[in-house]
Amino acid sequence: MNRWAVILFLAIIIAALLSQYASPLPDGLERVAEDLGFLEKGESPVLKFSPMPDYTITTINNEKISTAIAGITGTLITLAFAWGCIKLIAKG
Amino acid sequence: MHIPDGFLDAKTVIVTSAASLAALKYGMTKAKKELGERDIPSLGVMAAFIFAAQMVNFPVMAGTSGHLLGAALAAILFGPYSASLVLSTVLIVQCLFFQDGGITALGANILNMAVAGTFVASIVYNTVKKLRFTGSEMTAIFLSAWLSVLTGAFLTSFELAISGTVSFNAVIAPMILVHAVIGIGEGIITCVAVAYIRRILDIKPQAFANYNERGEAR
Repeated sequence: MNRWAVILFLAIIIAALLSQYASPLPDGLERVAEDLGFLEKGESPVLKFSPMPDYTITTINNEKISTAIAGITGTLITLAFAWGCIKLIAKG
Repeated sequence: MHIPDGFLDAKTVIVTSAASLAALKYGMTKAKKELGERDIPSLGVMAAFIFAAQMVNFPVMAGTSGHLLGAALAAILFGPYSASLVLSTVLIVQCLFFQDGGITALGANILNMAVAGTFVASIVYNTVKKLRFTGSEMTAIFLSAWLSVLTGAFLTSFELAISGTVSFNAVIAPMILVHAVIGIGEGIITCVAVAYIRRILDIKPQAFANYNERGEAR
Protein backbone atom coordinates (compact mmCIF):
# COMPACT_ATOMS: atom_id res chain seq x y z
CA MET A 1 0.00 0.00 0.00
CA ASN A 2 2.80 2.46 0.78
CA ARG A 3 3.84 2.24 -2.87
CA TRP A 4 0.43 3.55 -3.85
CA ALA A 5 1.11 6.48 -1.52
CA VAL A 6 3.91 7.42 -3.93
CA ILE A 7 1.39 7.50 -6.79
CA LEU A 8 -1.03 9.57 -4.69
CA PHE A 9 1.77 12.02 -3.96
CA LEU A 10 2.50 12.18 -7.69
CA ALA A 11 -1.20 12.85 -8.38
CA ILE A 12 -1.20 15.75 -5.92
CA ILE A 13 1.92 17.20 -7.56
CA ILE A 14 0.28 16.93 -10.98
CA ALA A 15 -2.95 18.54 -9.75
CA ALA A 16 -1.17 21.35 -7.93
CA LEU A 17 1.80 22.13 -10.16
CA LEU A 18 1.63 20.52 -13.60
CA SER A 19 -1.97 21.78 -13.92
CA GLN A 20 -0.53 25.33 -14.02
CA TYR A 21 0.80 24.54 -17.47
CA ALA A 22 -2.49 23.10 -18.78
CA SER A 23 -3.49 24.45 -22.17
CA PRO A 24 -6.46 26.85 -21.91
CA LEU A 25 -7.53 26.02 -25.49
CA PRO A 26 -10.94 24.37 -26.08
CA ASP A 27 -10.90 20.58 -26.02
CA GLY A 28 -11.79 18.36 -28.99
CA LEU A 29 -15.55 18.39 -28.43
CA GLU A 30 -15.64 22.15 -27.69
CA ARG A 31 -13.62 22.85 -30.83
CA VAL A 32 -15.97 20.81 -33.02
CA ALA A 33 -19.02 22.38 -31.33
CA GLU A 34 -17.61 25.84 -31.99
CA ASP A 35 -16.76 25.08 -35.63
CA LEU A 36 -20.18 23.56 -36.30
CA GLY A 37 -22.01 26.31 -34.41
CA PHE A 38 -23.67 24.43 -31.54
CA LEU A 39 -21.33 25.42 -28.70
CA GLU A 40 -23.80 27.94 -27.24
CA LYS A 41 -26.35 25.13 -26.66
CA GLY A 42 -24.05 23.84 -23.94
CA GLU A 43 -23.47 27.10 -22.13
CA SER A 44 -26.21 26.90 -19.48
CA PRO A 45 -25.41 24.21 -16.93
CA VAL A 46 -28.40 22.71 -15.12
CA LEU A 47 -26.59 22.82 -11.76
CA LYS A 48 -26.23 26.58 -11.38
CA PHE A 49 -23.98 26.31 -8.35
CA SER A 50 -20.62 24.64 -8.57
CA PRO A 51 -18.11 24.71 -5.69
CA MET A 52 -15.11 24.97 -8.05
CA PRO A 53 -16.31 25.93 -11.56
CA ASP A 54 -13.72 25.24 -14.25
CA TYR A 55 -11.18 24.03 -11.64
CA THR A 56 -10.90 27.35 -9.83
CA ILE A 57 -11.82 28.70 -6.40
CA THR A 58 -13.84 31.79 -7.28
CA THR A 59 -13.01 33.61 -4.04
CA ILE A 60 -9.25 33.41 -4.67
CA ASN A 61 -7.98 35.97 -7.14
CA ASN A 62 -4.49 34.52 -7.60
CA GLU A 63 -4.97 32.17 -10.52
CA LYS A 64 -2.08 29.87 -9.61
CA ILE A 65 -3.14 29.40 -6.00
CA SER A 66 -6.77 29.01 -7.05
CA THR A 67 -5.96 26.23 -9.55
CA ALA A 68 -3.58 24.48 -7.13
CA ILE A 69 -6.13 24.43 -4.29
CA ALA A 70 -8.93 23.28 -6.63
CA GLY A 71 -6.65 20.57 -8.00
CA ILE A 72 -5.54 19.25 -4.61
CA THR A 73 -9.10 19.39 -3.25
CA GLY A 74 -10.46 17.54 -6.29
CA THR A 75 -7.76 14.88 -6.08
CA LEU A 76 -8.53 14.21 -2.42
CA ILE A 77 -12.33 14.26 -2.97
CA THR A 78 -11.90 11.74 -5.81
CA LEU A 79 -9.67 9.56 -3.63
CA ALA A 80 -12.19 9.54 -0.78
CA PHE A 81 -15.24 9.11 -3.03
CA ALA A 82 -13.75 6.27 -5.10
CA TRP A 83 -12.33 4.53 -2.03
CA GLY A 84 -15.69 4.76 -0.24
CA CYS A 85 -17.79 3.65 -3.22
CA ILE A 86 -15.54 0.73 -4.05
CA LYS A 87 -15.39 -0.37 -0.43
CA LEU A 88 -19.21 -0.40 -0.31
CA ILE A 89 -19.37 -2.29 -3.60
CA ALA A 90 -16.81 -4.88 -2.48
CA LYS A 91 -18.71 -5.45 0.78
CA GLY A 92 -22.29 -5.12 -0.44
CA MET B 1 -14.93 15.19 -24.37
CA HIS B 2 -17.20 15.76 -21.39
CA ILE B 3 -20.65 16.52 -22.82
CA PRO B 4 -22.22 19.59 -21.15
CA ASP B 5 -25.94 20.08 -20.38
CA GLY B 6 -27.90 21.17 -23.45
CA PHE B 7 -26.21 19.01 -26.10
CA LEU B 8 -28.46 15.98 -25.58
CA ASP B 9 -32.24 15.74 -25.87
CA ALA B 10 -34.52 14.06 -23.30
CA LYS B 11 -34.72 10.66 -24.98
CA THR B 12 -30.95 10.43 -25.34
CA VAL B 13 -30.49 11.48 -21.70
CA ILE B 14 -32.92 8.76 -20.56
CA VAL B 15 -31.50 6.01 -22.78
CA THR B 16 -27.84 6.74 -22.00
CA SER B 17 -28.55 7.08 -18.25
CA ALA B 18 -30.41 3.76 -18.19
CA ALA B 19 -27.69 2.05 -20.23
CA SER B 20 -24.86 3.33 -18.06
CA LEU B 21 -26.73 2.43 -14.85
CA ALA B 22 -27.31 -1.10 -16.11
CA ALA B 23 -23.67 -1.42 -17.21
CA LEU B 24 -22.38 -0.15 -13.86
CA LYS B 25 -24.70 -2.45 -11.93
CA TYR B 26 -23.34 -5.39 -13.92
CA GLY B 27 -19.80 -4.05 -13.52
CA MET B 28 -20.24 -3.89 -9.74
CA THR B 29 -21.09 -7.58 -9.45
CA LYS B 30 -18.17 -8.49 -11.74
CA ALA B 31 -15.75 -6.10 -10.00
CA LYS B 32 -16.69 -7.60 -6.65
CA LYS B 33 -15.13 -10.85 -7.83
CA GLU B 34 -11.96 -9.21 -9.17
CA LEU B 35 -11.47 -7.12 -6.03
CA GLY B 36 -9.60 -8.13 -2.91
CA GLU B 37 -9.58 -6.04 0.29
CA ARG B 38 -6.08 -4.78 -0.54
CA ASP B 39 -7.13 -3.53 -4.00
CA ILE B 40 -9.62 -1.01 -2.60
CA PRO B 41 -7.18 1.76 -1.56
CA SER B 42 -5.22 1.35 -4.79
CA LEU B 43 -8.39 1.89 -6.86
CA GLY B 44 -9.01 5.07 -4.87
CA VAL B 45 -5.50 6.26 -5.69
CA MET B 46 -5.99 5.33 -9.35
CA ALA B 47 -9.14 7.49 -9.46
CA ALA B 48 -7.28 10.38 -7.80
CA PHE B 49 -4.40 10.03 -10.26
CA ILE B 50 -6.76 10.06 -13.26
CA PHE B 51 -8.58 13.11 -11.89
CA ALA B 52 -5.27 14.96 -11.54
CA ALA B 53 -3.98 13.89 -14.95
CA GLN B 54 -7.25 14.98 -16.61
CA MET B 55 -6.59 18.55 -15.41
CA VAL B 56 -3.53 18.82 -17.61
CA ASN B 57 -4.72 19.78 -21.09
CA PHE B 58 -2.07 19.54 -23.80
CA PRO B 59 -2.29 21.48 -27.08
CA VAL B 60 -2.93 19.23 -30.10
CA MET B 61 -3.57 21.27 -33.21
CA ALA B 62 -4.49 24.81 -34.18
CA GLY B 63 -6.50 26.16 -31.28
CA THR B 64 -7.41 22.83 -29.71
CA SER B 65 -6.34 20.89 -26.64
CA GLY B 66 -6.89 17.44 -25.22
CA HIS B 67 -6.29 15.70 -21.94
CA LEU B 68 -5.81 12.18 -20.68
CA LEU B 69 -8.96 10.07 -20.43
CA GLY B 70 -7.36 7.31 -18.38
CA ALA B 71 -9.80 4.56 -19.39
CA ALA B 72 -7.02 2.44 -20.88
CA LEU B 73 -4.68 3.20 -17.99
CA ALA B 74 -7.16 1.92 -15.41
CA ALA B 75 -8.35 -0.98 -17.58
CA ILE B 76 -4.81 -2.24 -18.21
CA LEU B 77 -3.87 -2.05 -14.54
CA PHE B 78 -7.12 -3.35 -13.01
CA GLY B 79 -9.32 -4.91 -15.67
CA PRO B 80 -12.43 -3.41 -17.27
CA TYR B 81 -14.95 -3.79 -14.43
CA SER B 82 -12.93 -2.11 -11.72
CA ALA B 83 -11.74 0.48 -14.26
CA SER B 84 -15.30 1.42 -15.21
CA LEU B 85 -16.07 2.10 -11.55
CA VAL B 86 -12.88 4.15 -11.15
CA LEU B 87 -13.65 6.27 -14.23
CA SER B 88 -17.27 6.76 -13.14
CA THR B 89 -16.23 8.16 -9.76
CA VAL B 90 -13.91 10.62 -11.53
CA LEU B 91 -16.72 11.76 -13.87
CA ILE B 92 -19.18 12.15 -10.97
CA VAL B 93 -16.73 14.32 -8.97
CA GLN B 94 -15.94 16.45 -12.06
CA CYS B 95 -19.63 16.95 -12.78
CA LEU B 96 -20.74 17.77 -9.20
CA PHE B 97 -17.78 19.87 -8.05
CA PHE B 98 -16.15 21.34 -11.15
CA GLN B 99 -18.95 21.88 -13.68
CA ASP B 100 -17.04 19.65 -16.08
CA GLY B 101 -19.66 17.61 -17.90
CA GLY B 102 -23.37 18.32 -17.39
CA ILE B 103 -25.47 16.55 -14.76
CA THR B 104 -28.01 15.59 -17.47
CA ALA B 105 -25.16 14.26 -19.63
CA LEU B 106 -23.54 12.29 -16.79
CA GLY B 107 -25.10 9.03 -17.97
CA ALA B 108 -23.82 9.58 -21.50
CA ASN B 109 -20.37 10.59 -20.30
CA ILE B 110 -20.17 7.49 -18.09
CA LEU B 111 -21.36 5.32 -20.97
CA ASN B 112 -18.90 6.82 -23.49
CA MET B 113 -15.78 7.03 -21.36
CA ALA B 114 -16.16 4.88 -18.23
CA VAL B 115 -18.00 1.93 -19.79
CA ALA B 116 -17.26 1.79 -23.53
CA GLY B 117 -13.79 3.36 -23.18
CA THR B 118 -12.60 0.84 -20.58
CA PHE B 119 -14.11 -2.12 -22.44
CA VAL B 120 -12.61 -1.31 -25.80
CA ALA B 121 -9.29 -0.62 -24.05
CA SER B 122 -9.33 -4.04 -22.35
CA ILE B 123 -10.29 -5.95 -25.46
CA VAL B 124 -7.65 -4.23 -27.60
CA TYR B 125 -4.95 -4.57 -24.94
CA ASN B 126 -5.57 -8.27 -24.36
CA THR B 127 -5.88 -9.05 -28.07
CA VAL B 128 -2.70 -7.27 -29.17
CA LYS B 129 -0.71 -8.49 -26.16
CA LYS B 130 -1.49 -12.10 -27.06
CA LEU B 131 0.23 -11.70 -30.44
CA ARG B 132 3.55 -11.68 -28.55
CA PHE B 133 5.75 -9.87 -31.05
CA THR B 134 8.68 -7.64 -30.14
CA GLY B 135 7.19 -4.57 -28.54
CA SER B 136 3.72 -6.10 -28.37
CA GLU B 137 3.23 -4.88 -24.80
CA MET B 138 3.87 -1.22 -25.70
CA THR B 139 1.90 -1.53 -28.94
CA ALA B 140 -1.00 -3.06 -27.02
CA ILE B 141 -0.99 -0.22 -24.49
CA PHE B 142 -0.74 2.48 -27.15
CA LEU B 143 -3.48 1.06 -29.39
CA SER B 144 -5.82 0.39 -26.50
CA ALA B 145 -5.44 4.00 -25.32
CA TRP B 146 -5.84 5.43 -28.82
CA LEU B 147 -8.93 3.38 -29.60
CA SER B 148 -10.55 4.11 -26.22
CA VAL B 149 -10.50 7.82 -27.13
CA LEU B 150 -11.88 7.15 -30.61
CA THR B 151 -14.65 5.02 -29.12
CA GLY B 152 -15.66 7.88 -26.87
CA ALA B 153 -15.57 10.32 -29.77
CA PHE B 154 -17.69 8.03 -31.95
CA LEU B 155 -20.34 7.49 -29.27
CA THR B 156 -20.41 11.21 -28.44
CA SER B 157 -20.96 12.05 -32.13
CA PHE B 158 -23.74 9.47 -32.35
CA GLU B 159 -25.49 10.82 -29.25
CA LEU B 160 -25.23 14.42 -30.51
CA ALA B 161 -26.73 13.33 -33.82
CA ILE B 162 -29.68 11.37 -32.41
CA SER B 163 -30.36 14.34 -30.12
CA GLY B 164 -30.73 16.50 -33.24
CA THR B 165 -27.97 18.84 -32.03
CA VAL B 166 -25.94 18.39 -35.20
CA SER B 167 -26.10 16.04 -38.18
CA PHE B 168 -24.09 12.84 -37.94
CA ASN B 169 -22.43 13.43 -41.31
CA ALA B 170 -21.27 16.88 -40.23
CA VAL B 171 -19.96 15.90 -36.81
CA ILE B 172 -18.38 12.48 -37.27
CA ALA B 173 -15.36 13.42 -39.42
CA PRO B 174 -14.13 16.39 -37.35
CA MET B 175 -14.75 14.51 -34.08
CA ILE B 176 -12.81 11.44 -35.21
CA LEU B 177 -10.03 13.55 -36.72
CA VAL B 178 -9.40 15.70 -33.67
CA HIS B 179 -9.65 12.73 -31.30
CA ALA B 180 -7.32 10.66 -33.48
CA VAL B 181 -4.71 13.33 -32.70
CA ILE B 182 -5.67 13.64 -29.01
CA GLY B 183 -5.51 9.82 -28.88
CA ILE B 184 -1.82 9.92 -29.78
CA GLY B 185 -1.26 11.97 -26.61
CA GLU B 186 -3.43 9.47 -24.72
CA GLY B 187 -1.32 6.61 -26.10
CA ILE B 188 2.01 8.16 -25.15
CA ILE B 189 0.88 9.21 -21.65
CA THR B 190 -0.70 5.79 -21.03
CA CYS B 191 2.50 3.95 -22.09
CA VAL B 192 4.60 6.11 -19.77
CA ALA B 193 2.10 5.98 -16.88
CA VAL B 194 1.61 2.19 -17.07
CA ALA B 195 5.36 1.58 -17.19
CA TYR B 196 6.00 4.03 -14.35
CA ILE B 197 3.21 2.76 -12.10
CA ARG B 198 4.30 -0.85 -12.67
CA ARG B 199 7.84 0.16 -11.78
CA ILE B 200 6.79 1.91 -8.59
CA LEU B 201 4.65 -1.09 -7.63
CA ASP B 202 7.40 -3.46 -8.75
CA ILE B 203 5.00 -5.65 -10.71
CA LYS B 204 5.30 -7.64 -13.90
CA PRO B 205 2.88 -6.83 -16.72
CA GLN B 206 0.74 -9.92 -15.97
CA ALA B 207 0.45 -9.40 -12.25
CA PHE B 208 -2.42 -6.94 -12.40
CA ALA B 209 -4.19 -8.15 -15.51
CA ASN B 210 -7.50 -9.70 -14.69
CA TYR B 211 -7.01 -12.34 -17.29
CA ASN B 212 -5.12 -15.62 -17.15
CA GLU B 213 -2.67 -16.84 -19.79
CA ARG B 214 -5.45 -18.05 -22.05
CA GLY B 215 -7.14 -14.67 -21.99
CA GLU B 216 -10.05 -15.78 -19.84
CA ALA B 217 -11.41 -13.48 -17.18
CA ARG B 218 -10.31 -14.54 -13.73
